[in-house]
Amino acid sequence: MSENLAVKPTSSIKTIALAGNPNSGKTTLFNAFTKLRQKVGNYPGVTVEKKSGSLALAKDRVVNVLDLPGTYSLAVRSPDEKIARDVLLGRALDTPKPDMVICVVDANNLERNLYLVSQIQDLGLPLVIALNMMDEVRRDGKEIDVQLLSKEFGVPVVPMVASQNKGIEEIKQVIAQGVEANYRRKWLMAPDLEKQLEQIVRLLKHHEGFGEHEAFSEAVAILSVGRTIKKSADSADRFYKEELINQINLIQEDLKKQGLRVRSAAVEARYEWIKSVIHKVIIDHNKQRSDLTDKIDAVLTNKFLGLLIFVGLMGLIFYMIFTIATYPMDWIDAAFGTMSDFVMQTMPEGDLRDLVANGIIAGVGGVVIFLPQILILFFFIGLLQDTGYMARAAFIMDRVMSKVGLHGKSFIPLLSSFACAIPGIMAARTIESNKDRLVTILIAPLMSCSARLPVYMIMIAVLIPGASSLEKAGIMLAMYLLGITGAGVMAWVFKSTLLKRQKPIFIMELPPYRFPSLKAILLHMWERSRLFLKRAGTVILAMSVLLWALMTYPKHDTANANDALKQSYAGRIGAFLEPAIKPLGYDWRIGVGLVGSFAAREVFVSTMSIVFNLDEDEDTAVLRDAFRQAKWPDGRPLFTPLVCISIMIFFVFALQCMSTIAVVWRETGGWQWPLFQLSYMTALAYAAAFAVFHIGRMLGFQ
Amino acid sequence: MSPKIVPLGTLSRGQRGTIYDFIEESDTCARLEEMGVTPGEPVEIVRFAPLGDPIEIRIRGYLLILRKEEANLIKVSI
Repeated sequence: MSENLAVKPTSSIKTIALAGNPNSGKTTLFNAFTKLRQKVGNYPGVTVEKKSGSLALAKDRVVNVLDLPGTYSLAVRSPDEKIARDVLLGRALDTPKPDMVICVVDANNLERNLYLVSQIQDLGLPLVIALNMMDEVRRDGKEIDVQLLSKEFGVPVVPMVASQNKGIEEIKQVIAQGVEANYRRKWLMAPDLEKQLEQIVRLLKHHEGFGEHEAFSEAVAILSVGRTIKKSADSADRFYKEELINQINLIQEDLKKQGLRVRSAAVEARYEWIKSVIHKVIIDHNKQRSDLTDKIDAVLTNKFLGLLIFVGLMGLIFYMIFTIATYPMDWIDAAFGTMSDFVMQTMPEGDLRDLVANGIIAGVGGVVIFLPQILILFFFIGLLQDTGYMARAAFIMDRVMSKVGLHGKSFIPLLSSFACAIPGIMAARTIESNKDRLVTILIAPLMSCSARLPVYMIMIAVLIPGASSLEKAGIMLAMYLLGITGAGVMAWVFKSTLLKRQKPIFIMELPPYRFPSLKAILLHMWERSRLFLKRAGTVILAMSVLLWALMTYPKHDTANANDALKQSYAGRIGAFLEPAIKPLGYDWRIGVGLVGSFAAREVFVSTMSIVFNLDEDEDTAVLRDAFRQAKWPDGRPLFTPLVCISIMIFFVFALQCMSTIAVVWRETGGWQWPLFQLSYMTALAYAAAFAVFHIGRMLGFQ
Repeated sequence: MSPKIVPLGTLSRGQRGTIYDFIEESDTCARLEEMGVTPGEPVEIVRFAPLGDPIEIRIRGYLLILRKEEANLIKVSI
């Protein structure tokens, strides 16, 4: 390290921030620092993920580590960039201003990575460069003069391989010792621009009371945004004083008259300086390298093979989710069944026993049962992300997604939603643009998830008793396609109305292929499933209790469970709903099933078992026969083929899932979007079921 | 022969050029610049996606994908 860095007293560092480009290995370093002592949440008011944890430097010395969102720049064009900038400037609510920044740099991609380093330097915080993935540089036959790089940037540089825990101790030492910010800007723009920049810095210091560094960084941002800036990048969206804006705009006007390229001047000057540094610090021994990534891509993004492999891979993931997952799902089901039996045998008869067995255990079990699917899904998502294939999937699918105004990055969240909308909605975090992410979240539950399967199954069984596998698969496929079509149409509607944006942009880095780290994938799976169990589990628990209460109270003294249910609140809601759902061909009993299904779709089946006075453990054949014999009071059969189809179509479109609503609430940071989603999907489901039922009848179907 | 200035999106696979300028001053262009697409930099069309769009380019030693529409905001000299 350079000698001119004065040592700071060790006690001064309390919070360090990890910054860096996406794909620089920032998360790997964060995990190495914090082990499992981390917290995941959202930054207040925005839906950017906030990760923090603690790093033990010595026995009695722990510092707080903030993992900033991965960004290419601090220019505040995306929520991620804004958060990174706000945190570094100490403007973020609920987040302490870091005392030191560790900028993680991919050593294989120095030029672009150092651009962000240079921007962070402007902020005047003590900075350390973590030069990551040095093994790949060496393997490539290159060398980096670390000392020279450190001298040029005036900050300590620690070479490391975070994925192999190399360099972790060294960087911890640097953090423990502390570094001083002794930054001297080495890039310069044209003299006229520099003069005006100085002018803006002066204005900012005078009018806004900014410090030297904050004023400089802000002035560069103002210059590069052009004259459109009206408010500061403050987290409270505080406006600049009008006088200041006027003066700044005068300067911009003046620069424009001179015909200077203002917007890009700082970017170009920075890159020019970085390039000159790179020329000095990289020693390339091997000019004739064979590019492995290029060779793999020649196959995986090949016009024919690429598509084939892509479809095959997605098919495989699906197959795993729907076949392999069934075994652990059966175990979980059995375990909860045993638990329920145990409670039934040991607890005294009464409401409490009923609540625990049929309310809590059955309700929570109904959610936990999806854990295997979520784990498998996140295993594959982690694998695809870690290897770099995920970016290729976006590359391949972008053309298709663009037809409805989305882009390639929406593909994986939507695909995930076929297993369960919850991980799908969580996976939408990889989409930077807020509007694109929101549209993806809004349409994700239209993908037929696995919870709809039991409903489709029973309805198909009623529709065609003894249906062949081919018939079943055919109807099932039709339902899936209907959901996909609906999602496409709704995405297009949202993108052209509510969430309109002038120009959808899709610019993405294609990272080199890398060997995946099992540890990182397992950690990712653990993190996601913990969130799923915690958030969705609590809501489901509450809803299960509520639903149980609705179906149990008020008590009615009768041996007949059907009559008791009819008298319960749920039964009354069903009866109340009957006029509204009669146009769809449903009676109050189906209404009760629908009420239940709004907690979770598969609850429809178990609720219907209760409605038809069957033991909950009976198999579908019994329920099927009960459905087939069900009649309206006037003797007409209830479950006509048209009603069965109408129910299935209702389930294709309706948002009957408390956990999804809870996750959307969390991911969008408020009630506005989940409620909107619930309304539009219910309306869509009603309209579609209504249309099918009536058009079918007009065509002479039953 | 003087160099020809054409939109990046019109280049064919494997073709190289040098970034010349942008056709407009927009956020999209600013973002591209910050990711290293600046005037004077050599650029190469690596390949097209299987369905024809987006395009994969090599710039500053890394791979970047962007749609033809965005690529056509960039003027290159060949």
